Amino acid sequence: MLRDAFLSALVALGLFGAMIGLKTDVGATALTLTPRPLAVAVAVGLVFVGRLALLAWKKARPPHATGPGALARRMARIGHFVAPLLLAFAVALPLFAGRYWLDMGILVLTYVMLGWGLNIVVGLAGLLDLGYVAFYAVGAYAYALLSTQLGLGFWTCLPLAGILAAFWGMLLGFPVLRLRGDYLAIVTLAFGEIIRVVLLNWVSLTGGPNGISGIPRPTLFGLTFTAGGGEGSFADFFGIEPSVSHRVIFLYYVILGLALLTNWVSLRLRRLPLGRAWEALREDEVACRSLGINVTVTKLTAFAIGAAFGGFAGAFFATRQAFVSPESFTFIESAVVLAIVVLGGLGSQLGVALAALVMIGGSEVFRDLAEYRMLIFGAALVVMMVVRPRGLVSGRAPSVALGSRKRIAAEMVTEGRG
Amino acid sequence: MTALLSLRGVTAFYGAIQALKGVDLDVNEGEIVTLIGANGAGKSTLMMTICGNPRARDGQILYDGADISALPTHLIMRRAIAQSPEGRRIFPRMSVYENLLMGAHGRSAAEAEETMEQVFALFPRMKERATQRGGTLSGGEQQMLAIGRALMSRPRLLLLDEPSLGLAPLVVRQIFSAIRDLNRSTGLTVLLVEQNAFQALRLAHRGYVLVNGAITMAGTGPDLLARPEIRAAYLEGGH
Ligand SMILES: Nc1ncnc2c1ncn2[C@@H]1O[C@H](COP(=O)(O)OP(=O)(O)OP(=O)(O)O)[C@@H](O)[C@H]1O
Ligand SMILES: [Mg+2]
Repeated sequence: MLRDAFLSALVALGLFGAMIGLKTDVGATALTLTPRPLAVAVAVGLVFVGRLALLAWKKARPPHATGPGALARRMARIGHFVAPLLLAFAVALPLFAGRYWLDMGILVLTYVMLGWGLNIVVGLAGLLDLGYVAFYAVGAYAYALLSTQLGLGFWTCLPLAGILAAFWGMLLGFPVLRLRGDYLAIVTLAFGEIIRVVLLNWVSLTGGPNGISGIPRPTLFGLTFTAGGGEGSFADFFGIEPSVSHRVIFLYYVILGLALLTNWVSLRLRRLPLGRAWEALREDEVACRSLGINVTVTKLTAFAIGAAFGGFAGAFFATRQAFVSPESFTFIESAVVLAIVVLGGLGSQLGVALAALVMIGGSEVFRDLAEYRMLIFGAALVVMMVVRPRGLVSGRAPSVALGSRKRIAAEMVTEGRG
Repeated sequence: MTALLSLRGVTAFYGAIQALKGVDLDVNEGEIVTLIGANGAGKSTLMMTICGNPRARDGQILYDGADISALPTHLIMRRAIAQSPEGRRIFPRMSVYENLLMGAHGRSAAEAEETMEQVFALFPRMKERATQRGGTLSGGEQQMLAIGRALMSRPRLLLLDEPSLGLAPLVVRQIFSAIRDLNRSTGLTVLLVEQNAFQALRLAHRGYVLVNGAITMAGTGPDLLARPEIRAAYLEGGH
């Protein structure tokens, strides 16, 4: 134990020695280096003590006290309450929350939706996609261009954005059909970057780094949400005082509806043969082939459907911001969405929602601690992976059951392959 | 009797390595045929080549009168051929029930339920364990599940790759007797790859011996069992 902690401290010394130990100052004539041995000592000491504490805690924790099965059952029972409560809270939020919290709600729900969409690809079909942001971008630009160039409305463009993103999903799917694991991850990562670079450089169409502005806001059956009210506006039609908050509330319900649609479709698909084929594909591709499943079609549909939801979310993003630029679609977005899916426990709908709430909501709440935000975020990730290595909600309920439903705990199964 | 499956001069390659060197083999309707051979002889490759993965490079694979050697795997498997692959390859995180349903992929729910009852009748253990995760089953149960899953597509021809792998003799006998019952009661045609040559040859109507990617011997079960070279190479100590 001591040895382990010592080794950790050594690694920390190597890492922090240069990172913390040397501070660059802009001197009168040139950069000067100031050594900070004390700071390094503190950091290394913290790592040493932390590692010791972690090991001690692991040792002290009785392995059978909570029993893996019991824990999963408890989680399942909690899940039964949490999901409806969360939904009720989400629906009721605009009744009591102010502008700030609604904006935050919209942001969180966008990521919930992206998480559920990516969950189809990564969680269900087991295809590690590091370029999901590409489809988000395709959806956003699809709406931005269709509305500003052709004057199409949001509700016409929404399905079009989804279809376009699905098309790009298939396009990505073809070359990567034979790839698995790490290779798939790298190619999808590159794909995400390619889309962004194209958006950045195709200045005549996308406006390059300047992006596209003046994207129209969505309407409710033709009623607009202009702040000044006026002819044909929502406030005018219902004879109420015009207010900016109407639009925010409207946007909030639009994204809530879209997210719930994503959830509903995912749950439905899981029960259909196609969804079961995705899950089987994640488990064992060779076995799927030997059962006569068309692996090509199965993979492509997973990419396409996952991408379509990314596209919907993108169109929503564009209409909410009224402005898009390539800056919003960097790799870090893909990483955040993937982290949400992984943290949530691959394949779990509730887990993804909770993870998005914690990660996006959490980092917004910690905004005041801007400097420490990434530190807290990183620490939270590490703690999560130590405490619940399979994600927040790690049980997997069978999608179909014979007679009574029975939940099977993830922890009961020895680590699967891959 | 007509041959349900015939291989004529089939070769298969993994890159530059030739794994099958011109195999001729027949499986008649209603027969149990076993294929025995040492490790690396190409038995699993032969099974997989019938399923189109890898593709046969030369020769013909005739099934029910048609050459299937150029079809993609999923279309071959739709022609009432089912395979229980080497190493069982059940879906570990899915329940027994879901595993079985995967075998009925592309069939109606009613048909699947009906076939499942037949599988449960054959392996009552599967019914008891219907909600359990595939990965938590014992080796013998996993083998039953793999066979049951293959049967869910209601095949005419069942390809079994080493069902006895890693199982206790008693469980092997159970599984072999289930195969025999199926063959007798439904006329299911079976091609069985086995290391366990003694038991396989006693179960099968006919057998082939594969050495280095080519068939070296063929005959009825008792005939092969009696041959001294078979006894020396494949049956020493095995009972
Ligand atoms: N995917 C593959 N890529 C390259 N070579 C392979 C592959 N699969 C099998 N081989 C080679 O083909 C030959 C035949 O292998 P095969 O698995 O068919 O043998 P087998 O008779 O089933 O053996 P065992 O009884 O051990 O299962 C071996 O030399 C093997 O190394
Ligand atoms: Mg083999």
